[in-house]
Amino acid sequence: MWLVVPVLVLSALCGIWTVVMVVRDESPPGDRFFALLGVLLAVLVVQLVVGLVQLSTTSRDVPTATFVSYLFTVVLAVPFGAALALVERSRWGNGALLVALLTVAAMETRLDQLWRLAGA
Amino acid sequence: MPEPSTPDAGTVRDLSTGPGRILVAAYAVFAVAATGRSLVQLGTDADRAPLAYSLSLLAAVLYLVATACLLSGGPTARRVALASVVVEAAGVLVVGTLSYVATDLFPDKTVWSHFGQGYGFLPLVLPFLGLWWLRETGKATLP
Repeated sequence: MWLVVPVLVLSALCGIWTVVMVVRDESPPGDRFFALLGVLLAVLVVQLVVGLVQLSTTSRDVPTATFVSYLFTVVLAVPFGAALALVERSRWGNGALLVALLTVAAMETRLDQLWRLAGA
Repeated sequence: MPEPSTPDAGTVRDLSTGPGRILVAAYAVFAVAATGRSLVQLGTDADRAPLAYSLSLLAAVLYLVATACLLSGGPTARRVALASVVVEAAGVLVVGTLSYVATDLFPDKTVWSHFGQGYGFLPLVLPFLGLWWLRETGKATLP
């Protein structure tokens, strides 16, 4: 799972940026933020494809249902957070976005864990 | 600071706006997480820990109900939300305690095991945030 680090770094960057926006009361997030968020989303989509391919070819005993549902759901978390930040144009909307980004990081960690625990 | 979204005098605040958005986001995440977990558990290995898996399903339903009620608002949704949040609080406290005291009851984990440790203890915090929010928004916003 070589995409774990990029995903965690990108979600951390987006998360820090979101905290800054909350502190400065900048809402809704600007285009540059959404560009970065778009990169995160793109990497997650790539991870979905790569993950499914790896899963189908690996000899590891990865819990298929859980792994696949994590791969899909983590992609959905990003637009979910973006939508909340656009609908609620206040600090709270950015706070909800932060919840979504933390969810991405948590799910990514869990994905990595599922893969590692499955062993070779 | 918290800015009420144009509240009408004498009405209750909208459940899903302002700070409610964060709660909706968190509840939605847990609704998905708990539903996924319970479906996988019940679908793959239901006999291993029937009690734990049933509780996972109960937690999932409660989170779904709470999310829906937060989104829809209204007096009925409010009462249903209150009930589900109270049951949720009781559930996380009872299951959390039992998972330490009576380990044999829980051969596998639920969302509520060890007070939601596997989920950053958020399952423990969430119902109390929900209670607070229901109370906060329930106050009539008189000028």
